[in-house]
Amino acid sequence: MRALTWHGRHDVRVDTVPDPEIVNPRDAIIKITSTAICGSDLHLYDGYIPTMRAGDILGHENMGEVVEVGAKSTLKKGQRVVVPFTISCGSCFFCERLQYSACDNANPAETSDASETLYGYPAGAAFGFSHLLGGYAGGQAEYLRVPYSDVGPIVIPDGLEDDKVLFLSDILPTGWMAAVNCEIEPGDTVAVWGCGPVGLFAIQSAFLLGAHRVIAIDHFPRRLELAKSMGAEVLHFKEVDVREALFEMTGGIGPDACIDAVGMESHGLAIDNVIDTVKAHTFLGTDRPAALRQMILACRKGGRLSVPGAYGGMADKFPLGALMEKGLSLKTGQTHVQKYTRPLLEMIGEGKLDTTFLISHRASLEQGPEMYRHWHDEQNDYTKIVLKPEMAVASAKREFEDAAV
Amino acid sequence: MPRAPNRPSIMDSPSAQRAALGAGAVIAAVGAALFFARKSKADDLSDAMVSDAPPWTYADKPKGEKGPLIGRSTTISRPRQEVYARWRDFTRFPEFMDNVRSVERIDEKQSRWTIEAPAGKTVELVTETTHDIPGERIAWRSVAGSQITTAGEVLFKDAAPGRGTLVQLVMTYDPPAGGLGKLVAKLFQREPYVQARRDLRRFKQLLETGEVSVNASPSARKSGSPTEARI
Repeated sequence: MRALTWHGRHDVRVDTVPDPEIVNPRDAIIKITSTAICGSDLHLYDGYIPTMRAGDILGHENMGEVVEVGAKSTLKKGQRVVVPFTISCGSCFFCERLQYSACDNANPAETSDASETLYGYPAGAAFGFSHLLGGYAGGQAEYLRVPYSDVGPIVIPDGLEDDKVLFLSDILPTGWMAAVNCEIEPGDTVAVWGCGPVGLFAIQSAFLLGAHRVIAIDHFPRRLELAKSMGAEVLHFKEVDVREALFEMTGGIGPDACIDAVGMESHGLAIDNVIDTVKAHTFLGTDRPAALRQMILACRKGGRLSVPGAYGGMADKFPLGALMEKGLSLKTGQTHVQKYTRPLLEMIGEGKLDTTFLISHRASLEQGPEMYRHWHDEQNDYTKIVLKPEMAVASAKREFEDAAV
Repeated sequence: MPRAPNRPSIMDSPSAQRAALGAGAVIAAVGAALFFARKSKADDLSDAMVSDAPPWTYADKPKGEKGPLIGRSTTISRPRQEVYARWRDFTRFPEFMDNVRSVERIDEKQSRWTIEAPAGKTVELVTETTHDIPGERIAWRSVAGSQITTAGEVLFKDAAPGRGTLVQLVMTYDPPAGGLGKLVAKLFQREPYVQARRDLRRFKQLLETGEVSVNASPSARKSGSPTEARI
């Protein structure tokens, strides 16, 4: 089959690789119909996530048609399913508590050592996201092996097209959980750093969960426009002093809750971020939490911090004093996708959530490497890219027919 | 010896003096830190150990009767009797022990293990069960003349209410002598602790999920196989 593979920093290729096979009884094989490029794929693209190996297949926002099932899979051939990016067994201590991304079993024994050393306990597992998280192949390909297919995938009823439900795999539940972690109360103002897909869904979710106001922060005009279309007030962080603006806009109280939808590769030329960038490029550090630092200072006393943005390693110059003295609480973590897919699917069906407004580009798998470049370099115009493996087949077929004529 | 006149030393320049002072201060600080670290360790450690932790977690690793003591704990969300019974079925060890090719029962007490060694070779080991308390403890040791000398036990305890079973694997292992033995020793000794934690992790996966998690899937690597684990 054809697949998008990682070969190093800024080096994504389309390769022909073997088809996946059923390995365990609870497996299923999915024929991918839609697969998106995630903001966190840029952390892989930029080489910020350790333990990627040349040749790894990328892609963790996947959906498709079930084409093969293991003896213990509960799926049936022909079903359309969205596959959560987190791989979870469904029966360990963590899955029983609906903390699916912390699953204790999905990360194989051989790949668990690194995260135990780095994080103190073995990490959970995900598709196409380094060997630290299990070394499973991703779904930016024609087919995907889905382990524990009786727990993760959610069956999609006919009549809901791919683009409406694809984001149940990651960014929609991630934006939702980010807002849930804000523990929003009536009258609350929520500030959201980053108007990428997760930030935009967090804005939408915060309103649905009762936020009085949402203030969104970014520096790409197109993304700020999308945030505005969701009802947020916006701040361009190069135009204003963000902390002062938030102080003034909230009458000196500050936002009640803050969301970091940026993660480890903050933009901007604030001095701390420049130093972090130099350190990351010289292997003296990995994470650049400029947005998180700003958010800790900007949040109101006793407020809540929610961090869906991805971090992987170490950071310094962390405003620990502000965190403690202001009595902030902090919630974070990879999304417990399986906990949210069902209610969110219902809300999509009822038209309460718009999931297509941020898609700017649809492309074939063959265009994948080029799309990664755009996604990285042109973040103003490329707000979400969805890859459709069938598009390639269709156009290739047309070319073939044209040639035959 | 007095310094020769009219020959300025490099130490005469003010910046060099400052640098020397700085270096001296760093050395003094490091020395002081080392002194106090040793002193505080000496102050803290009396002869009697006070920590309520298993012995294999002590900084000064205790020795077992056959070699270093290796220990690893895991919690399995299954009833104690079931977990015990699954371990007691020695012949199924290869399902979760990476380099164990087979375990055959010789009689009620003894089992013969065939263990994979580098270069496609295997090594055999005969163990005898020294203690078997159903639902609580299984202990074993290698019989005299085995190519590997080892002893160990698995303890089964109830975890906190509703949390299943605490499993603790404790073993000691003595590097063997001689040709093939040395190879095997190298394989095992590299990280016997890693082996223990991986084997226990697979055991937990098997009991909780019914299968051993494996990341077998395609890649663009020539060596890759869609059905083999990718480490």
